[in-house]
Amino acid sequence: MTGQGQTRQGWGFVTPALIWTVAFFIIPFLVMGAMSLATMQGRTLIWGLSLENFAEIFEKAYIRQAFLVSLEITLTVTLVSVVLAYPLAWIIAFRVPPRWQRLALLLAVLPFWTSYVVRSYAWLLVLAREGMVNQAMMGIGLISEPLTLANTRFATVTGFVHFFVMLLTLTIYANLIQLSPNYRRAAMDLGASAFQTFRHVVLPLTLPGVVTGAFLTFVLCIGDYVTPQILGGNTELTVPQIIMVQLGRRADFPLASALAILLMAIVTLAYLASARWLRLDRL
Amino acid sequence: MTRKSALFLTTAALGLTGGAAWADSELNALVWCDHTDPSLIEPFEAAHNVKVNLREYEGTGAALALLEQSRPGDWDVLVIDGIDVFRAVEANMLAPLDTAVLPMEDVFSEVVMAENNTIDGVTYAVTEKFGYNTISYNSAKVDEADMQSLSTAWSDKYAGRISIYDYYLPVMGLAAIAQDIATADLVGEDLIVIDDVLSTMRSNAASVAGVVAAQTALATGEVDIVVGGGEWLTAVLAEEQPELTWTIPQEGAVRWAQSIGVVEGTENPDLAMEFIKYIMSPEGQARLATSSCFWGMPANAKAGDVLTDAQKATLRWDNQPDYLALTQLYPAPDADLDIEMQDLWLATLQQ
Repeated sequence: MTGQGQTRQGWGFVTPALIWTVAFFIIPFLVMGAMSLATMQGRTLIWGLSLENFAEIFEKAYIRQAFLVSLEITLTVTLVSVVLAYPLAWIIAFRVPPRWQRLALLLAVLPFWTSYVVRSYAWLLVLAREGMVNQAMMGIGLISEPLTLANTRFATVTGFVHFFVMLLTLTIYANLIQLSPNYRRAAMDLGASAFQTFRHVVLPLTLPGVVTGAFLTFVLCIGDYVTPQILGGNTELTVPQIIMVQLGRRADFPLASALAILLMAIVTLAYLASARWLRLDRL
Repeated sequence: MTRKSALFLTTAALGLTGGAAWADSELNALVWCDHTDPSLIEPFEAAHNVKVNLREYEGTGAALALLEQSRPGDWDVLVIDGIDVFRAVEANMLAPLDTAVLPMEDVFSEVVMAENNTIDGVTYAVTEKFGYNTISYNSAKVDEADMQSLSTAWSDKYAGRISIYDYYLPVMGLAAIAQDIATADLVGEDLIVIDDVLSTMRSNAASVAGVVAAQTALATGEVDIVVGGGEWLTAVLAEEQPELTWTIPQEGAVRWAQSIGVVEGTENPDLAMEFIKYIMSPEGQARLATSSCFWGMPANAKAGDVLTDAQKATLRWDNQPDYLALTQLYPAPDADLDIEMQDLWLATLQQ
């Protein structure tokens, strides 16, 4: 094939993806960007180049607080999910016999099979004052009065972690399974303890998988509306909840767009912070 | 008469009125979830040999945005919050409605709401269902005497046992009524005292919840009181948990109402009108009132002839004259006051 033919073939492969990206990312993003610079006068949308919405976001304490709440929840969820998912992925990769690994992975992703909304409401029931968790703790004498678990940040984090541990387990497992056992053997031969082998050999080599999963967790968590809305009981508000309120009754698309742009800016910062380790091809 | 034979007769009667005229047509309606109950829609579809496509929405803003982004003719019928009819009319989304063919004389006079549904002498919508945002509670867990006053219903005595309905207009309406401020007269300056009431409510509340979450919280014992609740919250639970009930306190409560109209530019104006006639008929009204999504009072008093005694008891049919006298429509703020109210609400939630 000539160079020109190869180029044409290359474009042939790339064009569908390019069209998809332009249609479903670039154009919507530009529309959202333009919308964030528009304003609402009464209930009328006025197109323009105003930074009024961004100023409003920084002026209003409850919106600033929402960004803080979103970040706190997201970082907590990401950290807890990584801490729980790594050992789980390790056990599946190295302790479960190969013939059972598929089944173990299937069980790990089973929660994905149920509706996200249904799963959140199920957690609401499990964490209720008369729910399974409180009943169990009271049954074994750990507490005498039921604890308030539902409608709290704890409930939101629990709902998120339940979901994201599965996602992280998959990305970390994919990384661990590619790791040649010879690396560990070599480290052991050279006198490294099991912990030293993990600390200096396995962990650095699997970091791309961990960071990739953590980044995905960060992105999905910070933009999620359903879990905090159902499990958090509106005891504190996250940015997506504030966005929904702007849209629901008043249809304030400019302010909602400005909030979404800032949320994207945070995700971009998270990407830049983790870019060094990000290997999306490991997914 | 059994439910089945009643359904058959209704269907047959509707069929005689000209079902063939719209054979294989489709009607597209933008609705609240109570219209999605098959027992409400199927008799109309069968009688007219049409398919009714329903799209649920939450929040008038979302509905108007959807209509704006649609082509003329995409939608035929709109169900909308009674206080927001004027917004749809301002946006040219509703067509004038011929009320002469509707049973307006049977509509409870208090909910005709001409000031909302009629603009510049032209009627654009009719009230189809109404109810109350008041106090729902578990009668086995609270002192029922306390529920007869708004201030005691959300007092410190019930700290941690209260859920607040997650919609600022009715809840702030209740707060206004507790401060002896008429919801229709609410102005920006009143928000200072409303802020105090909301703070008290908020500090004693375990959650601020939407419809399903509030129902779940009350049903599971997570909370014992829902501020802003009403028959729409507890009626569907009445059979299994009769201890879950509601009341209208002595200070009063707020009333909600939903209206229905024909979308401007519809390509099926006659079928849309036929749908509204069905919804406003005693049979349609009874089914809408007892929808599996949420219950509420039918606007047409003649629905009382179709509802069973048990259904009427759950809806407190006989108490309606007192309730209507004691309640006020929830606030309908202009755009600026709406922003102030929403800001106050969100700031309260974020406390």
